[in-house]
Amino acid sequence: MAVIADTAVQGAQMLLVLLLAPLLTGFVRKVKARLLRRRGPSVIQPYRDLVRLMRKEVVLAENASWLFRVIPYLVFAATWVAASLVPTFRTGLQFSWSADLIAIIALLGSARFFLALAGLDVGTSFGGIGASREVMIASLAEPAMIMIVFTLALIAGSTQLSTMAGFMVSPVVGLRVSLALALLGLIMVAIAENARIPVDNPATHLELTMVHEAMVLEYSGRHLALIELSASLKLLLYISLLACLFVPWGMAGAGANPGALALGVVACIGKLAAGGFLLAVFETAIAKMRVFRVPEFLGAALMLGLLATLLRFVSGSL
Amino acid sequence: MTVAVALLCVVALLSLAVAALAIGRSPAATPIVYGGCIAVSSVALLSGLSQLLGGAAPASIALPLGLPWIGAHFRIDALSAFFLIVVDLGAAGASLYALGYGRHEQAPQRVLPFYPAFLAGMNLVVLADDAFSFLVSWEFMSLSSWALVMAHHRVGDNARAGYVYLVMASFGTLMLLLAFGLLAGPDGGYAFADIRAAHPSAVLAALAFCLTLLGAGSKAGLVPLHVWLPLAHPAAPSHVSALMSGVMTKVAVYGFVRIVFDLLGAPSWWWSMVVLALAGISSVLGVLHALMQSDLKRLLAYSTVENIGIIFVGLGLSLAFETHGMAWAAALAFTAAMLHVFNHSLFKSLLFFGAGAVLTATGERNMERLGGLIQRMPQTAFAFLVGCAAISALPPLNGFASEWLTFQAILLSPQLPSWGLKFLVPAVGALLALSAALAAACFVRAFGISFLGRARSAAAKMAHEVDRWSLTAMSCCAALCLAAGIVPGLFIDALAPAVQGLIGTRMPTQVNVDWLSIVPIAESRSSYNGLLVFLFMVISGTLAAFAIHRLASDRLRRAPAWDCGYPDASPVTQYSASGFAQPIRRVFGTAAFGAREQVEMPAPGEQRPARLTVTLHDPIWDALYAPIAAGIMLAAERLNRLQFLTIRQFLSLVFAALVILLLVLALWP
Repeated sequence: MAVIADTAVQGAQMLLVLLLAPLLTGFVRKVKARLLRRRGPSVIQPYRDLVRLMRKEVVLAENASWLFRVIPYLVFAATWVAASLVPTFRTGLQFSWSADLIAIIALLGSARFFLALAGLDVGTSFGGIGASREVMIASLAEPAMIMIVFTLALIAGSTQLSTMAGFMVSPVVGLRVSLALALLGLIMVAIAENARIPVDNPATHLELTMVHEAMVLEYSGRHLALIELSASLKLLLYISLLACLFVPWGMAGAGANPGALALGVVACIGKLAAGGFLLAVFETAIAKMRVFRVPEFLGAALMLGLLATLLRFVSGSL
Repeated sequence: MTVAVALLCVVALLSLAVAALAIGRSPAATPIVYGGCIAVSSVALLSGLSQLLGGAAPASIALPLGLPWIGAHFRIDALSAFFLIVVDLGAAGASLYALGYGRHEQAPQRVLPFYPAFLAGMNLVVLADDAFSFLVSWEFMSLSSWALVMAHHRVGDNARAGYVYLVMASFGTLMLLLAFGLLAGPDGGYAFADIRAAHPSAVLAALAFCLTLLGAGSKAGLVPLHVWLPLAHPAAPSHVSALMSGVMTKVAVYGFVRIVFDLLGAPSWWWSMVVLALAGISSVLGVLHALMQSDLKRLLAYSTVENIGIIFVGLGLSLAFETHGMAWAAALAFTAAMLHVFNHSLFKSLLFFGAGAVLTATGERNMERLGGLIQRMPQTAFAFLVGCAAISALPPLNGFASEWLTFQAILLSPQLPSWGLKFLVPAVGALLALSAALAAACFVRAFGISFLGRARSAAAKMAHEVDRWSLTAMSCCAALCLAAGIVPGLFIDALAPAVQGLIGTRMPTQVNVDWLSIVPIAESRSSYNGLLVFLFMVISGTLAAFAIHRLASDRLRRAPAWDCGYPDASPVTQYSASGFAQPIRRVFGTAAFGAREQVEMPAPGEQRPARLTVTLHDPIWDALYAPIAAGIMLAAERLNRLQFLTIRQFLSLVFAALVILLLVLALWP
C-alpha cells in the first residue's frame, strides 16, 4: 500500500512539474511586462503556444539528419527525468535514490550536449554560433555547479536531494559562510543555465549575442514545442532546487498525510511564484552583458563554489 | 592453470608474429593474423575472467628463461587478471576491427608481424612476476608499438613522432630499471615476492616512487611526460592507435599500481599530493589541448591524457586515504580508478575505430574537411556518438559511472587530517569538474564538426559506410559502454577482488542492492541507478513521441534551411572546428597556451583577403623540452669539432685520456 502511495506521489510530482512549467514561464513574462508598464500576454499564453506548435507541421531542413529529429525527445526526456527527481512538495520521493544531485546535473548536461549537436546538424552559421557559445558557457557553469554541489553535500553529508532537504530543514544547519557563498554561486549558475539576462536574452531573435535561441533556430512545430517545454522545465527545476536547498520549509516529509501534502503543494507553488517574481524583477533591472564578459561572471561563480568548498574542507563550522 | 593458459596465448601470439614475417605479403595474411589474434586473445580473456570471477588463489609459474640465476616468474592474481581482461578485450576488439580495416593497409608486411608481438608484450607485462621479465616485456611492448608507429614512416610527421616516442620510451624504461634496482631484495632478489618481503628504507622507497612515477607516468601520458603521446598514437594505423591509447596506457597504469600499491609497502604522506597535483593538471591540460586540435585522431590522443589524469586522481586519492588509515575510502577511490580504466579502454577504442572508419571512407583526419558523415555513414556515426556521449560522462553511459564514483571519493576527503590535502583536494575536484565539462565541449565539437552539418570536401561528400567487421567491432564496444553504464554495480563487484588484494578491503557488495543501484557507502549518502535513469529516459521520450504523434500532429515537410532568412549555399559558411573552439580558446587559451589572435585587415578598396592568424604555444614543451633539446644540440655541435682533428691531435687526445685515466686510478683511494 505504501509503495502504491509513494508511486502515486512520484507520478503526481512528474505531472505537477510538467503542468506548472509553462505557467511559471508565463508568469515570469507577465511580471516582466507589468514592470515595463505593458499589459503583456496572459499567463496561460505558453500553454496556447505549445498546443499551437504541436498541431503545426514540422518544417525540416533538407539536410537535417535523423539525429536532429530525435534530439527534441532526448532533451525533453532528460530534462523531465531530472525535474521529477528534484523534490518540490514532498521529500523522499519513490525514485529519488535513482539519481543524486550530481546525476541530476549530469542529466541536464546530457540535454545540453544533444542540443548543441542539434545546433550543428543543419550546418548553418547561426546554429554553429549558438552551439559554440553554449558549450563555452557550460564549460564554466558546470564546474561551478559541481563545486556548489560539493559544498552542499559536505554540509549535509549526502548528495541525495531528499536527505539534503531534510537536513536543511533541521535546526543544526544554522547560518554559515559557505552556505551563503553557495547560494550566491547557485543563483549565478541558474541564471546562466537558463539563458536569462544578463547572460542571454530569452526574448530575442536575430541578435548576434543570442545563444540558446540561435541553437534552436531551425526547429519548428512539435520539435520546437518540446524544446520550449524543456526550457520551461529547466527553469522550474532550478527554482525548485534553490527552494528545496535554501528555503525547504513547508515541504511535506516522507509518509506525510494528505493535508501536509496539500500544504506542500501550496508552499511549492508559492515558492515558484516568489522565485519567478524575483527573477523578473532582476531581469528588468539589469542589462545584458557582452558574451565575452560571461566567462568573468561564471568564473566568479566558480571561485565562489571553490571558496565555499575550501571553507568546508578547512573547518566544519564555517 | 590460468597462468599457463595465458602464457600459452603469449606463445601463440609470438608464433603468429613469426608466421606473419613469412607470409606478410600474401593477401591471405591479413585475415589469418587478425583472425588468429581474435581467437588467442579471446582465450586469454576467458582465462583472465575465470581467474577474476572464479575467485581462484593467485597462481604462479617459474620458467627457466632469461637470466640463469633468476629464471622467469609469471603470476596471475586478481589485479593481473583484471588488467589481462582489459588488455585482451581491447585486443579482441581491435583485431575484429582490423579484419576489415587491415584490408586497406598499403604495406601489410610492416604491420602484421608487429601487431601480435605488441599484443604478446602487453600480455606479458601484466603476467610478469619478477623485475627482469617485467622490464623485458615492457621494452618489448614499447619497441613493437614503436615499429607499428613507424609503419607509415614516409607520411607527414610520422618519422619525428617515432623518434620522440623512442626517446621517451627509453627514458621511461630507464626510470623503471633504476626503480627496480633500488628495490631489489637484500641479496639481489628480483622476484616480486622478494621485493615485497624486503621493506625498503624511507629514502629508498621515496626515490623508487619518484622513478616509478616518471617511468610509468611517461608511458601513461601524465603531464608533463605526455609529449610523445599525441604524436605517436595518431601516427599508427587506427586499430593500433586504439590499442595504444585504450590499452597500452592502462598497462602503464598497471605498472604504477603494481609497484606503488603492491611492492613499495606503506606510502609516505606526500606521495598522494604529487600524484593528485599531476593528475589534476593532466586532466585539464589534456582536454584543453584536445579542444584546440583539428586532427581527429590527435584530438582523441590528447583526450587520453585527460582520462589518464582522471584515473590518477582516483589513484592519488586512494593513496591519500591509505596513508591516513581510511581503507574503506581508499577502496572506493581505487575502485573508481579501476572502473575508469575499464571504461576508458572501451570508449577510447570505440572512438579510434570510428576515426579509422572516417579515415577509410574519406582519407581525411582533418575535421575541417569533413562534415555531414551522419548521412553517408549512419552506423559509424551512431557508434561514434555513443562513444562521444560516454567519454563526456553523460548518464546513463559508463563514463559517468566512474566519474561519479571519483566525485564520491572526493566528498570523503574532508575527513583526511592532513592540511596540505585539505587545500589540494578541493582544487583537484574543481579541475576534475572543469575537465569533465570541457570534455563535453570537446566531443560536441568532434562529433558535430565531423559527422553533422554539410560536407566540407568532395571526399566527405562521397564517403561510404565501412565494412561489416569494423561495424561489428564498433557496435560491440558501444553495447559494452551502455552495459557498463546501466549496471555499473556488476562491474564494481567483478573488480572487487583486485581491490581487496591491494587495499585489504573492498567496496560493499553492489549486486544485492535493490534495482541494481550503486551505493558506495550508504543509501542516505549517495546512490545512483543507471538502469532506472536509462529506463526513465526511454519511457518518457517514447511517451512524449507517442502522445504528440497520436494526439497532435505527425506531419513533416522538407524545405531549405531557414537560418534567419540568410541561408548560404556554400558549406564553408558553416562553423569550422577552429571557429567552434574560438570562445573557449579566448577564455582559457591565453592562460594555458599564450594564445594570440592577429587580424590583418586590408584597407578599404584593397583586393587581398583579410587574415586571422592564431599562435599557440605549448608551455610544457617550451619550458621543459625545448631547453633540453637545445642543450643537447649545443653539446653535439661542440663535440662535432672532434671529428675534424688532425691525426696528431687525435693521438695526443688519446694519450691525454690515457694519462688522466691512469692518474685517476693511481689516486683512487
